[in-house]
Amino acid sequence: MQAVANEFKIPKENPLAKPLLIEGEQTYNSLTEAVSTVVEGKTPRNWYIAFAVSFCGTAMLGGMLSYLVLTGVGVWGNNQPVGWAWDITNFVFWIGIGHAGTLISAILFLFRQKWRTSINRAAEAMTLFAVACAAIYPGFHVGRIWMAYWLFPLPYNQGMWPNFRSPLEWDVFAVSTYGTVSLLFWYVGLIPDLATLRDRATTKVRQLIYGIFSLGWRGSNRHWQHYEIAYLILAGISTPLVLSVHSIVSFDFAVSKLPGWHTTIFPPYFVAGAVFSGFAMVMTLMLVARWALNLQHLITMYHLEVMNKIMLVTGSIVGYAYTMEFFMAWYSGNMYEKFTFYNRAFGPYAWAYWTMFTCNVVSPQCFWFKKLRTSIPFMFCISIVINIGMWFERFVIIATSLHRDFIPSSWGYYRPTIVDLLTFAGTFGLFMTLFLLFIRFVPVIALAEVKAVLTHQQHKAHGHAKH
Amino acid sequence: MAESKIFGAIAAFKSDTEILEAARKVRLAGYSKFDCHTPFPVHHLDQAMGMKRSKLPYLILCCTITGFTLGLLLQWWTGAVDYKLVIGGKPLFALEFATPILFECTVLLTAFGAVFGMLGAFNGLPELYHPIFNAEISKRITDDRFLVSIEAKDPQFDATKTTEFLQSLKGAEEVQLVEA
Repeated sequence: MQAVANEFKIPKENPLAKPLLIEGEQTYNSLTEAVSTVVEGKTPRNWYIAFAVSFCGTAMLGGMLSYLVLTGVGVWGNNQPVGWAWDITNFVFWIGIGHAGTLISAILFLFRQKWRTSINRAAEAMTLFAVACAAIYPGFHVGRIWMAYWLFPLPYNQGMWPNFRSPLEWDVFAVSTYGTVSLLFWYVGLIPDLATLRDRATTKVRQLIYGIFSLGWRGSNRHWQHYEIAYLILAGISTPLVLSVHSIVSFDFAVSKLPGWHTTIFPPYFVAGAVFSGFAMVMTLMLVARWALNLQHLITMYHLEVMNKIMLVTGSIVGYAYTMEFFMAWYSGNMYEKFTFYNRAFGPYAWAYWTMFTCNVVSPQCFWFKKLRTSIPFMFCISIVINIGMWFERFVIIATSLHRDFIPSSWGYYRPTIVDLLTFAGTFGLFMTLFLLFIRFVPVIALAEVKAVLTHQQHKAHGHAKH
Repeated sequence: MAESKIFGAIAAFKSDTEILEAARKVRLAGYSKFDCHTPFPVHHLDQAMGMKRSKLPYLILCCTITGFTLGLLLQWWTGAVDYKLVIGGKPLFALEFATPILFECTVLLTAFGAVFGMLGAFNGLPELYHPIFNAEISKRITDDRFLVSIEAKDPQFDATKTTEFLQSLKGAEEVQLVEA
């Protein structure tokens, strides 16, 4: 090996070598310290400020929803023909955000992408909170929220059952299964790290609470063996699950016969869009978190760059889907289909369509350039632009397909009311409240997994040193 | 300290390579009731300890089949038996429309099997008291120490000899007897 290396003058530093996932001189203990002190230290003042603002948002959400329940769904701007408006837009928006969390935790785990370990915990938490925000909308859109149990197959006095032939019922099962499995997956990953906090606890209360939630974990290898199998199987089933959830969400539209909705491209197109928007949200949150919590050595530029590349890919898939929808509308020769798409790009909602197109298809193309994809202020802006664009995508699909019905006499236009706006703003408050509580009380980085990566990294370094 | 009150003997190590070697030696010395405690799953430790493959997947498979069957029965019995209601001229039961919910039920029960099977059935958790924590060093299992514990229940266990044996392992620190 030595001779070959000399002969071909292999440079000492391999240009194809992957950058380190954990930077600096680290030990197991320094990693424990870095992650645990975030939770154990004194609560920073900025946390209180952020929490106060978010909590006001949550309170506003509560107020708006109470107002809706006491008055009726009419407080929203929904009308004839736009019967599904912001409620479903926001539902799909939030559920889509969640998908990046599962992609990072499950799919990247199966592909042995070790870089996931620095961000998976926070991304999975984001999934849970996004699903919570999403579930609010269909729940309240049913109008009589106290009848929401009708959604589930429960034996109650009417003797009737849900209509399993309806995609909306599929959605109930998909979203509730997704929420439950994501919670279990997240919790299983948390157990060893909660045990770390338990063992470091200095007060009785902390010891008791973390003790209960860590279930008496003692790092036994006879436990790790089953643990690893369970984790692998959870990852294995979460992968088709996450694909199925957004496919089923897209069935809410695709199974109907409405031009603009009735297309077979919807399931993959929705899944790609969901991953795209979710990564943008992870990026926004991670950039703030790594700066605020001093985790730059764990969430490195390499992590950010890889995420930007995923956004470039999924953004391009979404762009392809937008174009292909237009091609099929033209190629189908169906006049209603053609009208819907022409109307989408050049009708009264053209402003929304082109906002969507610019944000989702044009803006991520900047990530072809290494300079831009490694610039933190730039990627922060783009991540927000993408989230705006992806919200508009759902709005465009829903509102533009509905607002011009088959007969011009039943054409209409949708405008959100102030209640719509404040409710949506309120869900961000709820999301941030939950996220702030998460970073204050739960280890934000999967400690046990990062330690395994560190070991791998050290063994590799020693292996190279021998040659 | 009476013999009966002893849980076992422990030794702490500082790296995964040391615990691998230690686990192999403990096994070769003929001990069977021993365990390793590590901050993260260490590669090849299962083989070093001579553990058999986990049987958890069989339990999970049973849950998967249960989930599939329940999903099928739910949709068929409610729609085609208990309350027949024709909606949109669609059949009372058909696999086509049953597939999404069938899939979700299967996944849900598989996840339950994996999580509760792993925690409860196979690992015996929650277990809020365990004698290993009577040693101060055990608090560092979840931080940066790798522990070997040999239980007093092991037929070969002898307080002095086992302690000496643990002391002889490369890198062993804090060798001690732990109370039950």
